[in-house]
Amino acid sequence: MFRNNYDNDSVTFSPQGRIFQVEYAQEAVKQGSVVVGLVSKTHAVLVALKECSSYEKQLLYINGGRYQGIDDHFGIALAGLASDARVLSNFMKQQALSSKLTYGRAIPLERIVASIGDRAQTNTQHYGKRPYGVGLLIAGIDVTGPHLYEFQPSGMTQEMVACSIGARSQTARTYLERNLDEFANASKEQLVQHGLKALKNSLPQDKELTIDNTTVAVIGMGKVGKLENFKLYDGQDVSVWLDLDSEEKSEDTSAATEGAAMEIDS
Amino acid sequence: MNHFPQAWGRPRDDIYGHYDASFLQSSGPNQHTQSPVVTGTSVIAVKFKDGVVVAADNLASYGSLARFTDVKRLRTFNDTTVIGFGGDVSDMQYLDRVLSSLDIKESYANDGHHLNAKNLHTYLAKVLYKRRSDFNPLWNQLLVAGTDDDGKPFLSSADLLGTTFSAPTLATGFGAHLAQPLLRRIVPDEAAVGGITQEAAVAAVKECMKVLFYRDARSLDKYSIAVVTNEGIDLKEDEKLEAQSWAFAEGIRGYGTQVS
Repeated sequence: MFRNNYDNDSVTFSPQGRIFQVEYAQEAVKQGSVVVGLVSKTHAVLVALKECSSYEKQLLYINGGRYQGIDDHFGIALAGLASDARVLSNFMKQQALSSKLTYGRAIPLERIVASIGDRAQTNTQHYGKRPYGVGLLIAGIDVTGPHLYEFQPSGMTQEMVACSIGARSQTARTYLERNLDEFANASKEQLVQHGLKALKNSLPQDKELTIDNTTVAVIGMGKVGKLENFKLYDGQDVSVWLDLDSEEKSEDTSAATEGAAMEIDS
Repeated sequence: MNHFPQAWGRPRDDIYGHYDASFLQSSGPNQHTQSPVVTGTSVIAVKFKDGVVVAADNLASYGSLARFTDVKRLRTFNDTTVIGFGGDVSDMQYLDRVLSSLDIKESYANDGHHLNAKNLHTYLAKVLYKRRSDFNPLWNQLLVAGTDDDGKPFLSSADLLGTTFSAPTLATGFGAHLAQPLLRRIVPDEAAVGGITQEAAVAAVKECMKVLFYRDARSLDKYSIAVVTNEGIDLKEDEKLEAQSWAFAEGIRGYGTQVS
C-alpha cells in the first residue's frame, strides 16, 4: 500500500533527494562483520573478525579470507559482499601490476583508491547497474608514508587515521576516537593492540578474541626506505598479538587493584 | 563530374591520358619506417657524485646534409629528468608529444606523486618495444638521466628495439665509438662515480663534444648540455665549442687529397 516507489534502481532520486539503492548497499556493509584499521607514522594495521554472516562465509570460503594483499605495498579488508570485493580487488590487482610494469613504480595509494571510488560511483549513475555491496579498508605504504583509506558503496573514499566498518562498528569507532592522539607515534605492537581493543569493544558481552576468530594484517616502513611487506597473521600466528594484549591486561589488573574505586562506572 | 573520389584532383584523362592510380591502392603490405630520414647524431652522458651530465649537438642531418642547425635534442621532464634523443628527428618529436601528454596526465592528479627518471625510462622502453613489436619502430636511441627512487644519480639508455642498458657513462651513435672510451677513462665503473665532481664531469663531456666535432662528419659545434641533480636541472641549449685546435688534421693519412 505504501510501497517505496523510488528504490527500483540507482538512478532515481526520491523527492527528498535520496537514492535508496545506494542506501541499501550501505546497509550490506553494516551487515558484514567488523574490520578495524589504524595508521601510525610508520605502520598501517588491519584487524578483523573472522566470524561472518552465513552468506559471507560461503563466499569467503572461495575467496580464501577476509584480507587480500593486493600488491607488496598494500592490502584490503572487507565488510559486506565478498563477491563484490573480489571484483574490486581483481581490478586493483590489475591496476597495481600495470603501474609496476609500465613505470616500475608501486602505484600511489591515493590514485588506486580514487580509481575504485570512480568505478563504484559510475555504478550508481547508470540504469541497470547496481552499487557494490561492500565496504573496504585499504591500508598500505607508498612514497608519502603509511595510509589508511575507507571505501563505501556510494563511491565515497576518504583517508583516515583510524576507521572501522561492519556490524556494531560504532563501538569500535568510539574507542578509536577516544584514543586518536596516541596512534601517530605508536609502535607496531601498540598499534595492533589498539586495533584489537577496538575490535573487542565491538564484540557482544560474552565473546572474546581468540585465534579462531581474529586476523591481523600489518604493513610497515622497514629500515631506510625498505618496505616491510603486507603480512597477514591468521590462525595460530595471531596468538603473538593476542598474547601481547593479555600480558598488558594482567599488568593492568594488578595496577587497577589500587585505583579500582576510580575505574567504576567509567 | 567524375564521381570516383580517387580521381578528384588528378589530371584529366581526356587531356593527359590515363592516370596511373596504382599507388593509390590500399591493398598490399603495410609500409612502415624502414630507415630514419632526418637524424640527430650522438648523445653522451656521464654520472658524477651528485647527478648526471648530458650533452647533444643541435644538428639535424638529412643524409649527409647539415639540414637544421638549431634542433634541441635534450628534453626535460618534471624538472627532475633529462632525455637525450639520438636518431630520427620526427620520431623524437612524436616522443616529445607522448611525454607532454604523459606530463599533463600525471599532473592532473596533483597529489604530490611524480615520475622520476627511472620510472620514465621504464615507460619509454615499453613504448619503444611496443612499436618495434608492431614492426613500426621509433628510430631512436634515448638516454634518460636523473635520479632514482633513492635520490641517487640514474642514467640508462633505451633503443628502437626496446633494449635497455645502464652504465655510469653512456653514448649513442658515433659517440658510442668515439666518446665512450674517453669517458670510461675518467669513470671506469660505478664505484668511481662517487669521486667525480660536477666540474670534472662537465669538462669531460665538453672535451668529448669537441672530439666528436673533429671526427664525426654529421656533428656540429653548437650543442646543448644539461646537468641534472637533486637540486634541479641546469639546461643550456646554445653552447658553442671552445678552444678548437685542428692541428691534428695535418697528420691524418689514409684518405682525402694527401698522397702519402
